[in-house]
Amino acid sequence: MDDLDKKIIRVMQDDFPLVCEPYKEIAGHIGITEEELIGRLRRYKENGQIRKMGAVLQHREVGFSSNVLCAWIVEPERMDEVATELAKNPSVSHCYDRNTMPDWPYNIYTMIHAHSRAECNAIVDGLAKENNLSEKAMLFSIKEWKKTSMRYFCEEDMHK
Amino acid sequence: MLTSFDKALLNVLQTGLPISKHPFADLAEKLDSDESIVLHRLQALKRDGYIRRIGPFFDSYKLGYAGSLIALKVADGYMESVAVAINQYPGATHNYEREGRYNLWFTLLTPEPGLREQILTEIRALPGVIAMIDLVSKKKYKINVQFKLK
Repeated sequence: MDDLDKKIIRVMQDDFPLVCEPYKEIAGHIGITEEELIGRLRRYKENGQIRKMGAVLQHREVGFSSNVLCAWIVEPERMDEVATELAKNPSVSHCYDRNTMPDWPYNIYTMIHAHSRAECNAIVDGLAKENNLSEKAMLFSIKEWKKTSMRYFCEEDMHK
Repeated sequence: MLTSFDKALLNVLQTGLPISKHPFADLAEKLDSDESIVLHRLQALKRDGYIRRIGPFFDSYKLGYAGSLIALKVADGYMESVAVAINQYPGATHNYEREGRYNLWFTLLTPEPGLREQILTEIRALPGVIAMIDLVSKKKYKINVQFKLK
């Protein structure tokens, strides 16, 4: 990645202009042509540096007021199979493996979104049954202390 | 209240905004609508707080950042001071108090291992932090925050 890539990524994290030709406007701020910007963005999308170009909604406002981080214990030999199945459920937004600790044996984590706590419980029960999982920890949130989008390549600004 | 057009628009926009000269005209075509209506509704939906962000969502690892999920046991009476201290780090993007033995969970993204070690050492030393576990992921099976609106 060159300096221009970093600059583009920095600028693309700002508010997206809701105008007819947004990429032209952004390119103008960066000081490059619209074609150059579109070409680079398409490249990032192709090589996976951009995993999604689009919108993320405020889930509470659109009715998904409850969420739970559910951590599971899955036998090591079944991890890939089970995680792939869990990930297929549309209520699951994130599904990761993670290392275990002596007092914390959970190895697969799923973030689940629903309209109520009861619905979260029902989804988790369903996932447990379908995948034959008995050990889990349901980590409901009590308070959101921070939720932001990462600002990439802004480390210099942070130390100003 | 969201109209059925708003819901259709948000469903499409969650799956993708074209990288093209007239992306909103392209979206409008998919919805049998026109560009000016799409832009007008999106401005309203953004203003009213339905949309968290429009734009590219990056794969942190492919940009050279490493991340993990860190869980803390925080003693009674220290939750706020510990949470606020963690929030100061720009790489701590999500920070939630949760039910369970470990009661504070945050994600940390950093561009270099040295900085990460330094941040974790500082957080472990905060008054009220009884225990800390650092949960690193080797494989991400899914990242797709998408809400199908009906």
